[in-house]
Formats: sequence, C-alpha cells, structure tokens
Amino acid sequence: MTVAADPGADPGVDTKSELSGRGSMGDVVFRGIAVIAATLIMVALAAVFIFLGIEGIPGFSVDEQHYAGQGSFLGLVVPLLYATMYAAVLALIVAVPFSVAIALFISHYAPRRIATPVAYVIDLLAAVPSVVFGLWGAVVLGPYLVPTHAWLSENLAWLPFFDGQPSGNGRTLFTASIVLAVMILPIITSICREVFAQTPRLHEEAALALGATRWEMVRYAVFPYARSGMVSAVMLGLGRALGETMAIAMIVSPKVLISLFIIGTNNPETIAAHIAQGYKESTPDRLSVLIATGLVLFAFTFLVNALARWIVARGRAK
Amino acid sequence: MSNTDLSNEETKLSHATLPRGAQWLVGVAAVALGGLALVLGMGIVGAAVIGLLGFLIGYPLWALLVENRRSATDKLVTGLVWTAFAVAVIPLIWLVYTVVSRGAATLSPEFLTYSMRSVTGDEQGGLYHALMGTLIVTGIAAVISIPIGIMTAIYLIEYGKGNRLAKTITFLVDVMTGIPSIVAGLFAFALFTLLVGPGTRFGFGGGVALSLLMIPTVVRSTEEMLKLVPDDLREAAYALGVPKWRTITKMVLPTAIGGIVTGVVLSISRVIGETAPLLVASGFNPNLNTSPFEDSPMMTVPVFIYTQLSEATAKGVEYAWGGALVLFILVMVLNLIARIVGTIFAPKTGR
Amino acid sequence: MNTTSLRRALVPGITAATLALAISACGAANEEPSGSDGEGTLSGTIKGGGASSQEKGQAAWVAGIQDANPDLSVVYEPVGSGSGREGFITGGYLFAGTDSALNDDEGELTKAKEQCGADPIQVPAYVSPIAVVFNVEGVDELNLDPKTLAGIFSGKITKWNDPAIAATNPDAKLPDSAITPVHRSDDSGTQENFTEYLAAAGGWAEEPSGEWPASIKGGEGGDGTAGVVTAMQGAGYIGFMDESAARENDLATVKVQVGEEFVAPSAEAASKILAASKSVGTSDNDMAVEVARTTTEAGVYPVVLVSYLLACPTYENAEDAANVKGYLEYILSEEGQETASEDAGSAPLDREIADKALELVGAIK
Repeated sequence: MTVAADPGADPGVDTKSELSGRGSMGDVVFRGIAVIAATLIMVALAAVFIFLGIEGIPGFSVDEQHYAGQGSFLGLVVPLLYATMYAAVLALIVAVPFSVAIALFISHYAPRRIATPVAYVIDLLAAVPSVVFGLWGAVVLGPYLVPTHAWLSENLAWLPFFDGQPSGNGRTLFTASIVLAVMILPIITSICREVFAQTPRLHEEAALALGATRWEMVRYAVFPYARSGMVSAVMLGLGRALGETMAIAMIVSPKVLISLFIIGTNNPETIAAHIAQGYKESTPDRLSVLIATGLVLFAFTFLVNALARWIVARGRAK
Repeated sequence: MSNTDLSNEETKLSHATLPRGAQWLVGVAAVALGGLALVLGMGIVGAAVIGLLGFLIGYPLWALLVENRRSATDKLVTGLVWTAFAVAVIPLIWLVYTVVSRGAATLSPEFLTYSMRSVTGDEQGGLYHALMGTLIVTGIAAVISIPIGIMTAIYLIEYGKGNRLAKTITFLVDVMTGIPSIVAGLFAFALFTLLVGPGTRFGFGGGVALSLLMIPTVVRSTEEMLKLVPDDLREAAYALGVPKWRTITKMVLPTAIGGIVTGVVLSISRVIGETAPLLVASGFNPNLNTSPFEDSPMMTVPVFIYTQLSEATAKGVEYAWGGALVLFILVMVLNLIARIVGTIFAPKTGR
Repeated sequence: MNTTSLRRALVPGITAATLALAISACGAANEEPSGSDGEGTLSGTIKGGGASSQEKGQAAWVAGIQDANPDLSVVYEPVGSGSGREGFITGGYLFAGTDSALNDDEGELTKAKEQCGADPIQVPAYVSPIAVVFNVEGVDELNLDPKTLAGIFSGKITKWNDPAIAATNPDAKLPDSAITPVHRSDDSGTQENFTEYLAAAGGWAEEPSGEWPASIKGGEGGDGTAGVVTAMQGAGYIGFMDESAARENDLATVKVQVGEEFVAPSAEAASKILAASKSVGTSDNDMAVEVARTTTEAGVYPVVLVSYLLACPTYENAEDAANVKGYLEYILSEEGQETASEDAGSAPLDREIADKALELVGAIK
C-alpha cells in the first residue's frame, strides 16, 4: 500500500509556497489544524493515563475491606488479570482455527457467488453489539450447553479444565469463551481474508503449475506470505477479547480466584466484568479500587498491543 | 478455474482418480450414517456430528485408497474448511434468529414511543428515552471524532509521511484501537468527576467515552482511503500551482469522500452498541432526558437492555430482547447506509 | 463534479440531523402531562438515593406521587446504602434509603446530625420478605430449619439427601445429588439481611455482611437478583432473593421453621416482624429496630429485609421541606404502602408503626 504518494508531496508544497504568497497562509493554517488533531490523539491517550491515575492511584492502598475480600490490591488484581488473560486465550483457541478456515473458505475455497455474501455477513457480525451477544449467551446458549458441561465433566475429567462438579446452569467461563470466540471471529476472519487475498497471484499459479494440490498451494504459497498479517489479526482479536466486558459480565457466575476449571459454579472473574458489576453500588473508596484495576487493564492491553505492533513491524522488515 | 482443470488433467495422466461426483456419493453415505445414528437414539446434534465425521474421514480415506496421500490431505483440508464454515455459521444464524423472533414479539408503537417514567409492574413502557439518548450520545461522539479523525489521517498521509511524529501517532492510533471499552468509560467518568463533581454521569460524558473508541477507527479507514488517491492527481494539482491545502480539500478529499463516509458510518455502527462505557459514564435513567450537558444521567439502548435484564422479571427479559432487536436494526441500517454510500461514490472507472 | 458529490454527501446527512432534532423535540408519548388527574400542589424536584433493594418500591412511590402532583419530580438513585448515607450526610441527597440503620460506628450519625442541625429522622419504610428458593427435580415443597439453612449456605451440607434435610422433609423424595447454594456476588442489602438471619437463628459463623464471605468455598455467585434468577435454572440449586422476584419467576420457595411450624414467605407474615422487634433507636427521631430473627411467634416470617428512610427534621429551603414531607408521608400512608406491596411485593407496614413514623415525618419543616 505504500506505493501511493511517495515522492512528490513535500517538495511540492515547499516550491509552491515559495512561488506564491497566496496559498501559504491557508497552508499554514490547514497544516496547523492537522497537526493539532494528530497531537490531540497523543494528548487523549496521555489523559487516559493521567485521569485514571489521579482517580485510581488512591485505590492501590485503601482500607482492606474494599478489596472484595482479597485483603490487598495485589491480592485482588492478580487473579483478575489472570482471569482476563485466561478467558481471552480460551476464546482465541476456539476462534483462530475457525477464523483462518473461514478466511480460506472465502478467499480460496468457496465459489465466488457464495464467498461474497459470506464475507459480507461475517463483516456485519463484527457490528453486532456485545450486549446482544451477552443476552443471547446468558438466556439461550448457557442453558442449552448444560448437558455439554455434564458430558465434559464425565468424560474429559482428566483435563484440569473439566475436572470437577459441573455447573447446572451453564453460567460458566466455558460458555463465555464460546461467545467471546464468536465475537472475535469476524475480526480475525476479515483481516486474514484480506491478507490471504493479497497473496501474489503468480506465486499461487506457480505452485499449481508444479502440480501442487490446493492445500499444498495454500500451505506453501499463501501461509508464508500471510504470516505477519495473521499474527496481527490474532493480536487484534486478543485485544478485543481482553477488553470485552458485557458478554462476560452477563454470562458468567464470577468469583475472584485463580483456577483452570472452566465448567464449574465458580469462575475466575475478569477485570472488565469486575468493574461492570461493582461500579453501581460503590463508595468512593471502592470506586477508586475499581478505577485502579481499570488502569491495570489499560496498561496491560497497551503492552499487548505494542508488542503486537512490534512483532508485525519486525515481520515486515524481514 | 482453468488452473484446476489443468492440474486435474495432469494427474489423470499418471494416477487413478476418484469418479466424478465422488463427494456427493460420500455425502449421501454420511447423511445415511447420521440417519442411522438418529434412529439409534443419538439425538439430532449427536447424529449430525457422526454424519460429519463420517464424511470427513470417509472422503479422504477413499482418496487415499484410490489416489495418493497428497490428494487425501487436500480432500481432508477442503472438508475441514467447509465444516469450519458451517459450524461457525450455526451460532450466528441462531443468534440472529433469536433476536429477531423474540424481539419482534415485544416491538410495538408504544414500545418505541414510551419511556420508562413512572412505569411499574406490568404497565406498558418503552425505550423512546433510550433511543433518543443513543442518538444524542452517538451524535456527540461523531461530532468529536470525525473532524479529529479525518484531520489526523490527513496529517499522517499528506503532511507527516514518515517523520517521527507521524510514526508515533500511527503507533498510538494502533494502540488506541485496543483500548478496552470499559476503560474509555472509566476515563470519561474520572475526567468529569474531577471537572464537574463526584459521581457525575451525563450524556456528554458518554459521548467523550465513545469518541475515544471511535477516533482510531475513523483515522484508520480515512487513512486507507487517502492512500488510494493516486499521486498523479496531487502532482497534477501542484503543477497547476494549486496550494497544498486547496489540493487536499478540492482534489484529494472529494476523490476519497465515498470511502471516507463509508468508514465513518461503519465506525458509528461500531460504537452505537457499546454498553460498558455508557453504563459507567452516562448512567441510567427511566425518564427522557434530551440535554446532554445537564448533570443528569442519560439512558441509551444498550444500557436499557442491560438494566431490563437486571430487573429479573419476565417483562424485563422481554424488553431486553425488544431493545436488542432495535439496536440490531440500528446497526444494520447504518451498515446498509455505508454500503449504499460506498456504491454511490465508488469510482466509476476501473476496479 | 467534485462539489456535487460533496453536496450529495451532505444533503442526506443534514436531513438525518434535522429528522433527529425533530424527533427529539417531542417528548415520550407517556410522559406528556396527562392533565387534570393530579390535584396535588407540590412542585419542584427532590433527589434522594441509596439502597437498591428499595428500587422497585421507590419506583412505585415515585410514580404514585408524580401522578398526584404533576409538577413534582422525585429522583431516587439506587446507588447502594453506603453511598446513599454518604450522599445524605454531605447534603447531596435530601433523603436517603438505607438497609442498615444509621449509627455512630463510623461517626456517620454525628455527621448527619451536623448536616441536619438536629437528630435525623430514621423510619422503617420498606419491609420485604426474602424467599429461599430451590430447584430440585421431583421436590415441590421443602421445609428447612435455620441451622440446616446455615449448613447448606456455608457448604457444610453438600447433598440433597443429607439427614438434616430429610429430618424436616420425611415425605419428600430427596435425590442423591449435589447442592449448589447461590449467593450474590455483588454487595447487597438482601444478602446482608439474609446472613443476619442465618447468624441470629442458625449459628452462622461469619460476620453478617452485604458481601459474601470470601472464606466460604464452593457455591455460586450471581450478579444482582437477575444473576441469581438465571443461576436458579440449574437443577440442585438453592438461593435467596426478594419474594416478589421468586414469585415473578415461578421459583419454588422453602418454608422456614419458626418455633414449631414452617412458614412460607409472604408479605403478611413478614409485616408482623416489626411489631415483634426491639427498638434500638438512638433518639426520639430514630425508629431503628433490631429485627427479631429468632422469634417463635406463630405466623411470623423472620427472613425479611428491613430498609429505612433518612430525612432531616428541618430543611433550609421551605419547598424542599414540603416536598420531602409530602413524599415521605405518601410512602408511609396506607395508599403508599399498598402501592409498593402491589408493584414491588413488599410487606405493608404495620399501621401502628406507620402511624408513629408518620408523626415524625409530619413534623418536617
């Protein structure tokens, strides 16, 4: 995409303003506005840190009764952070294979007249509000999955995820991670699809000409080309899953704890869900604790995103 | 596709191949297998799984016996891709079906024009107040985000090309896309707690929270569109002595306007359904409130859904589905608008 | 060509904006003043807040008084008891609702006195039976004594066919399945009152509190009443919630042992509890009681939530005083208590107590 607007732009304006005074005033103003707008983004991000800090830092050390029975800020935030990551990773495990498959389906497998509407529908799903997903997960999917919970606990109890008394109502991390997966699926799919479609046609045709099957063509021509794009898609999905609030808050019966068990009655509570469920009835002290956990969540997602960009940039440089 | 035909012919020269329509044959066998499982009392889901497994194993196996390993792998992957697609579509269709069928039962003129003021017990209420709130809050977010977003994109593409500031901004915009929505809400809440007073929840706060989520998407989509504007156009304008800012406003922006508008509308449809930030920053209110700057909570449709579900009554759940359908329709209409705008302004030539 | 495409983009945008404005200019269809049916003379706005347990009751009362006084707006923010008391003390709320009586453990009473300039008025206003609900296949009726309840909720009794449960239910076919007790994962007045009951009557070892003790393992937490209601879909579950919510969602309720008999939750049985309770008021304006959880009196249901209203005896602004007085008088009136009983399923106050409260409230100026 970097083909456009490479050479001429800046020299162009310089010669221009030297030649005629008429445009320079407008140019200065317009450029100024653009710079201000761009700087505003920096200011906004800094403001998020600053204001969450001002309101949240007192929350690091308030009376211990405000830490939801965990005694200290660390005691509260570590399990919450763990659960946030755990839920996001579970969702990715479910979503990534499906997303890649669907992206392949659209870009390389399906006939064109099926692929176009499918792509459109998947894009549309990215816009379905999370509260609707939450409602559906809590009222419809959860109860429906109860037998699945029982089956998992009976037959797969040798895995730590399923080892224990199963929930009788489906309000578990298991249900939530499926819903989360459905939510991030369109995001990962649409990016993967774009990268797959950008594979140079010549590479693909060369592979086929050598007698490769379609799968071999995908594996040796498409995947290597799309690797960094796929990583960035997955990271974007991860970012969305980390911050997702309502779906989890509405579906899961939560408890502040660290555990691998995902089909039981007590499920690790994520930061975002903890905030959403606690903000309503809050004394100022409790509120500052919640804002402090929000600050931690923000810092964490910031790091994850920065890491993702770094990986992608490195991949591109090679 | 001619390529596939070619490769088929080539394999024909050296190998035995499956008969034409082999996949249908296996498919019928798999359906029969599923039917058998159903008769044996496996339940519909179990039977479907068995039938599917039958196909996924049977087809490659046959290919393995008749053709070779590579072909079998290819068949297996093709089967898996189709299966993944089918399986992923199930929850999506299920979700849409539930929202539409359960929501339609609640939708009525009263539901759309009543608020929840003084509504108790089984009296008729509605989400008019929430609908107005959503339009106002989203409108505020749009008014803040669109100019900032578009100007930032202009800076990045037209002015900042490759300089340090532009690189930093691009990075920050990328990071900003990943801000958890509830953090945006907490930010607005913390900001106005300091500026206005403790516990301030009002429409403008919600707008600020949403704009934080909306700006990066506007920047990204505008950026993409500006990149598509051919450089020849800019150079031609400069050559004619047009100042840069006139070139941008008169040449570049009009050329890209279709894509920009589409991107903006899509970004609105993304934030219109945000719940968590509004729950925190603009609160809830059973009454109609149309003044976003007054220090009083403003209801929005997503929050309406959440609070109705929290009522823990049959009516509450019904209203939640009604709200979900209204929100769903809003989002779909916005997407449709984006599509239409996209086609209206699509360049008449090429692509 | 370019200008036309710009214009084409602008026109629909402007149309949409005007349309939105036009729509928002008219009010909600049910909010338009209905005209002459209200004859009250109160006008202005008063704001209060506090216990979310009172939310439905307050909604009913607000609707009632606004219907009678079309120019009056009453706002009740369900922010929780603690924030409600805090708002009252700092003057943000003219009145407040609280699940636990205002006392001086954290100096709140003294501060409230300073804010009001006199002893604050504290009257019981909202009494709601808390139902213990269960979902066990094949069991329609369940009798439990307080000790067994405490055992179940603390996770000591884990099977439905436990001898302690069988002892009070000789005829029920109790399955050999696990019990999942559901509690509230948020801070809740219902939970505080329920654990108070368990502590007083059932030997519950933890400190009664709105937050579920973290030391109890097992069980399931639900967010808000809605969380508990959806959790109760699971077989083998037992939980607690406002009786009205249990009725609304068709959940089976436990009969609780009081003295020799087993009493089902009902507004009637709950409303008798206040008369049997001991007053612990700190001044003449304070009608706080210690609820008689261990009562053995016949037909009384002791698992109740008692929620209070806080107000000042005097307000600087005469309009505020008149509005608060009018609103509280309406709440405590027979009509107000009936309305809340119908809409929120609360127990109407015993008239003797309500009359005494009315006397206090009537003196507001």
